[in-house]
Amino acid sequence: GNWGRLAAQQALTQDKLLEFDTFGNVSLIHITDIHAQLKPIYFREPSVNIGVGGNKGAVPHITGADFRKLYGINDGSPSAYALTHDDFSALAQGYGRVGGLDRVATVINSIRADRPDALLLDGGDTWHGSYTCHHTQGQDMVNVMNALKPDAMTFHWEFTLGSERVQEIVEGLPFAALGQNIFDSEWDEPAELFPPYKFYETGGVKVAVIGQAFPYMPIANPGWMFPEYSFGIRDENMQAMVNEVRAAGAELVVLLSHNGFDVDKQMAGKVTGIDVILSGHTHDALPEPVLVGETIIVASGSNGKFVSRVDLDVQNGRMMGFRHKLIPIFSDVITPDADVAKVIDAQRAPYVDQLSEVIGRTADDQTLYRRGNFNGTWDDLICDALISEREADIALSPGVRWGPSILPGQDITREDIWNVTSMSYGEAYRTEMTGEFLHVVLEDVADNLFNPDPYYQQGGDMVRVGGLGYRIDVTKPQGDRITEMTLLKTGEKIDPSKTYQIAGWASVNEGTEGPPIWDVVEAHIAKQGVISLDPNNSVEVVGA
Amino acid sequence: VGAAAFLIAGLPMRASAATEDLIAAFTGGAEVGAGDITLTAPEIAENGNTVPIEVSSETAVEILVLATGNPAPSVATFKFGPLAASRAASTRIRLAGTQDVVAIAKLPDGSFVQAASTVKVTIGGCGG
Amino acid sequence: MASGVKPRVKVPKSAAAGEAITIKTLISHKMESGQRKDADGNIIPRSIINRFTCDFNGESVIDVTMDPAISTNPYFEFQATVPEAGEFKFTWYDDDGSVYEEAKSIAIG
Ligand SMILES: [Mn+2]
Ligand SMILES: [Mn+2]
Repeated sequence: GNWGRLAAQQALTQDKLLEFDTFGNVSLIHITDIHAQLKPIYFREPSVNIGVGGNKGAVPHITGADFRKLYGINDGSPSAYALTHDDFSALAQGYGRVGGLDRVATVINSIRADRPDALLLDGGDTWHGSYTCHHTQGQDMVNVMNALKPDAMTFHWEFTLGSERVQEIVEGLPFAALGQNIFDSEWDEPAELFPPYKFYETGGVKVAVIGQAFPYMPIANPGWMFPEYSFGIRDENMQAMVNEVRAAGAELVVLLSHNGFDVDKQMAGKVTGIDVILSGHTHDALPEPVLVGETIIVASGSNGKFVSRVDLDVQNGRMMGFRHKLIPIFSDVITPDADVAKVIDAQRAPYVDQLSEVIGRTADDQTLYRRGNFNGTWDDLICDALISEREADIALSPGVRWGPSILPGQDITREDIWNVTSMSYGEAYRTEMTGEFLHVVLEDVADNLFNPDPYYQQGGDMVRVGGLGYRIDVTKPQGDRITEMTLLKTGEKIDPSKTYQIAGWASVNEGTEGPPIWDVVEAHIAKQGVISLDPNNSVEVVGA
Repeated sequence: VGAAAFLIAGLPMRASAATEDLIAAFTGGAEVGAGDITLTAPEIAENGNTVPIEVSSETAVEILVLATGNPAPSVATFKFGPLAASRAASTRIRLAGTQDVVAIAKLPDGSFVQAASTVKVTIGGCGG
Repeated sequence: MASGVKPRVKVPKSAAAGEAITIKTLISHKMESGQRKDADGNIIPRSIINRFTCDFNGESVIDVTMDPAISTNPYFEFQATVPEAGEFKFTWYDDDGSVYEEAKSIAIG
């Protein structure tokens, strides 16, 4: 569509975005997976989000027109821009950027004006994902979040700062750092630094907030960076904690979770007594909560793009009803909070020259994005950079779900490159793999995504590949999903016994060597000048 | 996904004949049913070299644990003495790849029951 | 005797007579499986702790036979009944003939 900036924004006002009839006696504010995005960004939602087993065709595994139809969203509307991928770059011209924690602050303040003791709960993946976050070891995010005054948070990527740094920050946090599933790995006892839950008195209601950190931290991320801790789903302990808080008089039980959406759904069916799950990790944004039994599950997106408000009526220890709104943070419509804007600018000030340096730009028909089960264009560009700068046959790039988008004809700054690559283990390695091992790798990652039992899923996306084509049948068991692996540069089938030069990054193995991925990508973009990518049709998906 | 991930086989491993021999040696060839035995293990191992497992039973006198996909499937045998307050124990085990872990309990009447749990050992990497 | 072997146990200092308590034990030991090869391709010989026992006042709580699939630094958790005041004795038996012992007394009250 063709959307004039003014026409689009006329329909939108801050008042309208924040419109909410205060309900019941308790308000929860949920934000999650900010990935250190302090400033407004563009963020394209996925076009491919495949559900398997019992979750096939169920939210959040619905995208695009199907998603709009399900929720009654008009094409070209603000919700269509915020929640679906079609016409992304055209709608972005009209509606502008999203997120920015100074805008988030305005939304939080407005909710607190209605309900002063609303609980602000941060689902984690907060202290990771940008140039300034990397260079300050998360301090920029800690300072800005402290200004928002959360009541509790839980964790995932935070631990990739290393356990010493995590301990240093957590010991100074002015709010609760929760995780019922964070245990000390030596004696298998609850880690003292992370209480399982905290009680709050709000609206005359005794609310217990239980934390659930990402269960698969030492698998999806380098366990050697935090060897003191063990995680896991720990259903039974979760049930024990729910029982414990109920026995101690909790009238409302809220789970602040970094499980990922399908895991939360399964947990809601197994653990009884949870009223609300505030779900994080899989970066899904849903305009309505999903109900499992008597539990409501709220998904609030990522990268600072959304805030969820959940008002609840709690009477005599029972949740009698709720009202919910997923508030998209339209950056041009919501007035930044001046105090928080100042804190943000102070964090960025020492690095402004580095951040703003323009490295290249996108061609007039080239969007860069990542979200989706398979390669996005940002991933294609990163894989191209790895193949060309590291002289490899094949590139592997992690299927992470963070990283903002770049519009056509937009400058690519150093900050933009760091927003999609920044991490504490970003070495771009180069190694040899046999065709057989490469197959094992793809099968292994595919099973972490497409295993029909959510408890075997890790919530990332398929490893991104460059220089390699394959066919995947998502319905098959591990070992049988990936076929027809092809080396694109020759068109030959991958030979199991032959050795290939592989370049990749974000290895979870200790001692991985190579230049930082952001330098590799920057060098490649600088050489290209204007980024224009060939369409990528190298992965054929079957059974979705 | 990484360079040094070669040590771990990513594909499910099959139970070996050795597993059946070990079970036969423990049971004397008696039939193994289902019943008073629980095996608790993680769905996905955080580290294949140290996988926490727990066996428990109301009445077992002895519990054999086998990792059916390991090159040598024997793991441990727990014998409960008169001062055991429960027929339960936890330990940490090595798994060479994704496989079924099996616990077989000998009950006081001389019968045998078993429980199994699939533990996935993954190369890891990536995330949301 | 294997070097650097250090047992640690967690036992409550006191219990009620007849109470069930939880005991946790760890012993630092590399548990060489006998399946690994060195840089020259030679098998590194097996060297593990093959048995662990816990007794209270001479009576058995648990007796575990261990194979090379038990992880480095073997860990056990189990429950014991405490009929009277006395001493828990923990014993680990090494392939090389070494025996490592630890004792913890527990009071009633
Ligand atoms: Mn995240
Ligand atoms: Mn996450």
